[in-house]
Amino acid sequence: MSYFGDIYKGIKTLLSGMSVTGKVFLNNKNNAITQQYPDNRETLKMFDRFRGEVVMPHNENNEHRCTGCQKCEIACPNGTIEIIWDRQVDPETGKKKKMIDQHIYHLGMCTMCGLCIEACPTDAILWAQNYENSVFDRTSLTKVLNQPGSKIMPGVED
Amino acid sequence: MKIALNITKTIQDLLLGFMPEGTASILAMVIIALIYLAIFSVAGLMLVLVERKVAAWFQLRIGPNRVGPWGLLQTMADALKLVSKELTGTVKADMFLYNLAPYFVIVSSLMALAVFPFTQEFQAFDINIGIFFLIAISSIGVIGILLGGYASNNKFALIGAMRSGVQTISYELSVGLSLLTMILITGSLQLSEIVEVQKNGWLIVQGHIPAVIAFMIYMIAGTAETNRAPFDMVEAESELGAGFHTEYSGMKFAYFFLAEFINMFIIAAVAATVFFGGWLSPFGITDSIPWLGVFWFLGKTFALVFLMMWFRWTFPRLRVDQLLTLEWKYLLPLNLLNIVLMALIVWLGLTIQL
Repeated sequence: MSYFGDIYKGIKTLLSGMSVTGKVFLNNKNNAITQQYPDNRETLKMFDRFRGEVVMPHNENNEHRCTGCQKCEIACPNGTIEIIWDRQVDPETGKKKKMIDQHIYHLGMCTMCGLCIEACPTDAILWAQNYENSVFDRTSLTKVLNQPGSKIMPGVED
Repeated sequence: MKIALNITKTIQDLLLGFMPEGTASILAMVIIALIYLAIFSVAGLMLVLVERKVAAWFQLRIGPNRVGPWGLLQTMADALKLVSKELTGTVKADMFLYNLAPYFVIVSSLMALAVFPFTQEFQAFDINIGIFFLIAISSIGVIGILLGGYASNNKFALIGAMRSGVQTISYELSVGLSLLTMILITGSLQLSEIVEVQKNGWLIVQGHIPAVIAFMIYMIAGTAETNRAPFDMVEAESELGAGFHTEYSGMKFAYFFLAEFINMFIIAAVAATVFFGGWLSPFGITDSIPWLGVFWFLGKTFALVFLMMWFRWTFPRLRVDQLLTLEWKYLLPLNLLNIVLMALIVWLGLTIQL
């Protein structure tokens, strides 16, 4: 009797499939995933895991968390990140230590692989969720991530 | 043979006032044909839009929403674009057959529309072998597909056309036999007569179990006959490009496209007429206003069209061997059994009469 059993099973599975799509059809009004992009650019927020570009967040005292360890530069597979650093005397302790001068990020070369962010031991760099990254001139894709005059946040290196 | 020309008669009587009888009848036919052409080319375009909107809603998208309010004019714009496009073709195509094929497809699907009773009086051609005419006409369309694929000198198109031949010839049987099951109750092939019988309850109620089985078989086979997903191996995009109409462009492509949607309407309209009482309202609630029948007929038809779209956006495409297994090992034997069951029920008078 597996012939009729197959027919019963076939109809049952077809109906269960149709019930799944039917429920989606009826409940789609609230969560249509299409974004009508140029119309809603003021309100459009990208989701948390979106990889727009690499940024270095600074706090209100113009301090960042980058120690200049260069792990991101080594982790980057295509040389997107360049760190210009030198040894300077720390005014508080009087010892010489490694400090970054410029954390240079070439957005034009970045493949958004995220290896630098995984490699960073102090969470100094993060993904931003911005999405309008086109520019008219290639040179403006080269960005200096640390703000001028910024310094490392105290306590990060401990 | 008694042929009642109900709406044709009105126009014919109007024309008889100022011209001889022969001219009047020919002119009346032409006028009716033009009215039907105009209505159904617009209806076909609207069905394309409905299909796209329904597909969007099934996939959590928005769908066409730029041209006109809610995108209602999108398919009109598409049709205008297709009219203005260049007609291209392959070099070594058989030009005569290549150009003929779209007309076979579109003419056969438009011919089938003539026999539907939209409401009590609104029927262009009430032939006494209505269902038989519909089955016969709907099989002619496949010739156009075969010719189109064969003549366009393209391997994909040829494979698509051959698959279409296999598929349509197989599933013709199930469509015919499932309608034959219902004919056992009505005892008539004339569509107006079939609707008349259903005043005692729609046939799907009258015939209960075998009628439901016949309806399921009819919808499966009908979906296969219109070459729609999950039976769309004729134009399986991932395998064959566009299948039999790979080499067609512009308006000839639009004919194939329009014919597909009009065929879908026809399959749904036959199901609405034979199983769900055509223009009859449920429990006779609007029997006093005959012209409301149009809305009941179209409402039932569009509900069934939606069911076919639901199939399309739920089920994955079948392989050729699975398709033929489904037809020859399952649908056809079940159909034959079902006819015997229905014959027994009609013989013993077990039909449900409301």
